[in-house]
Amino acid sequence: MKLNMKKPEFAEKINLQKKDWILIGIILFVAGLAFLLHEFIGGKGAGCVTVKVNGEIQGVYSLSEDQDIEINGGTNRLKIRNSTADMTEADCPDKLCVNQRAVSKNGESIICLPNKVIVTVDSSENSEFDAVAQ
Amino acid sequence: MRDRVAYFGVFTALALIFSYVETLIPISFGIPGVKLGLANLIIVIALFKLKLKETYLLSVVRILLSGFLFGNYFSIIYSLAGALLSLSVMALLKRAGGFSIIGISIAGGVFHNIGQLFVAMAVVEMFQAAYYIPVLLVAGLLTGCLIGILAQEMLKRLVHWQTGS
Repeated sequence: MKLNMKKPEFAEKINLQKKDWILIGIILFVAGLAFLLHEFIGGKGAGCVTVKVNGEIQGVYSLSEDQDIEINGGTNRLKIRNSTADMTEADCPDKLCVNQRAVSKNGESIICLPNKVIVTVDSSENSEFDAVAQ
Repeated sequence: MRDRVAYFGVFTALALIFSYVETLIPISFGIPGVKLGLANLIIVIALFKLKLKETYLLSVVRILLSGFLFGNYFSIIYSLAGALLSLSVMALLKRAGGFSIIGISIAGGVFHNIGQLFVAMAVVEMFQAAYYIPVLLVAGLLTGCLIGILAQEMLKRLVHWQTGS
């Protein structure tokens, strides 16, 4: 326990049971497993982002060129710089999608729930095909 | 009986105030949707001090009130899914025995996040959001641990206090 070193009088009150440690272990194990799975399947250098509005694909945009995309008639704005996509503007009240970090890896996404906008990074293998289909 | 109604009112007011305080101090971890969940402190306390039925009611009332006041209809659905799953898991662990308050609170925090993630995946009909799971698990673990420590300290000071059941 790290707390032990800083505040001994506080830490001795934290008496975790054996089952607590097992629980923490399981949570960390699942988290690590999910993380590894994502890293494994995800891979780097994805090619493009798919923008969906209300479940329908609005467009597929390449990550390799810098561009600004207006989504859903201007409710959201997506900025692509240095192969990463970032939501820079949204008219929703909570601004969760704007505050979210930029995405670049395969499978990562930015979601704006109030406007039902989903931006997903796709695998690089399909990128050229999708870019043509655009 | 009158006492219980009064206590329930006090608990509701406390939970609502904590929700409000949380909107004032957005403790941002740089990850969307991750917050401390101060109101859950009241839920954990209620779990140990009130009847389970009352705790469920408290949780729902708290979310509806704070949702109408500070949030929107999306946030109510998320909070409900998260809070009910979280409370159910906490109640199960409490009944199972062998877990400390901190452990129960950790499970609550983790399942709060999982419940919300499930709703999010259902709403946007997207399942890649699963990559978010490790972040949410660890965040739930940390916030749950903090809330658990707070709850343990509070309950320690409320040993002699009973709701007169």
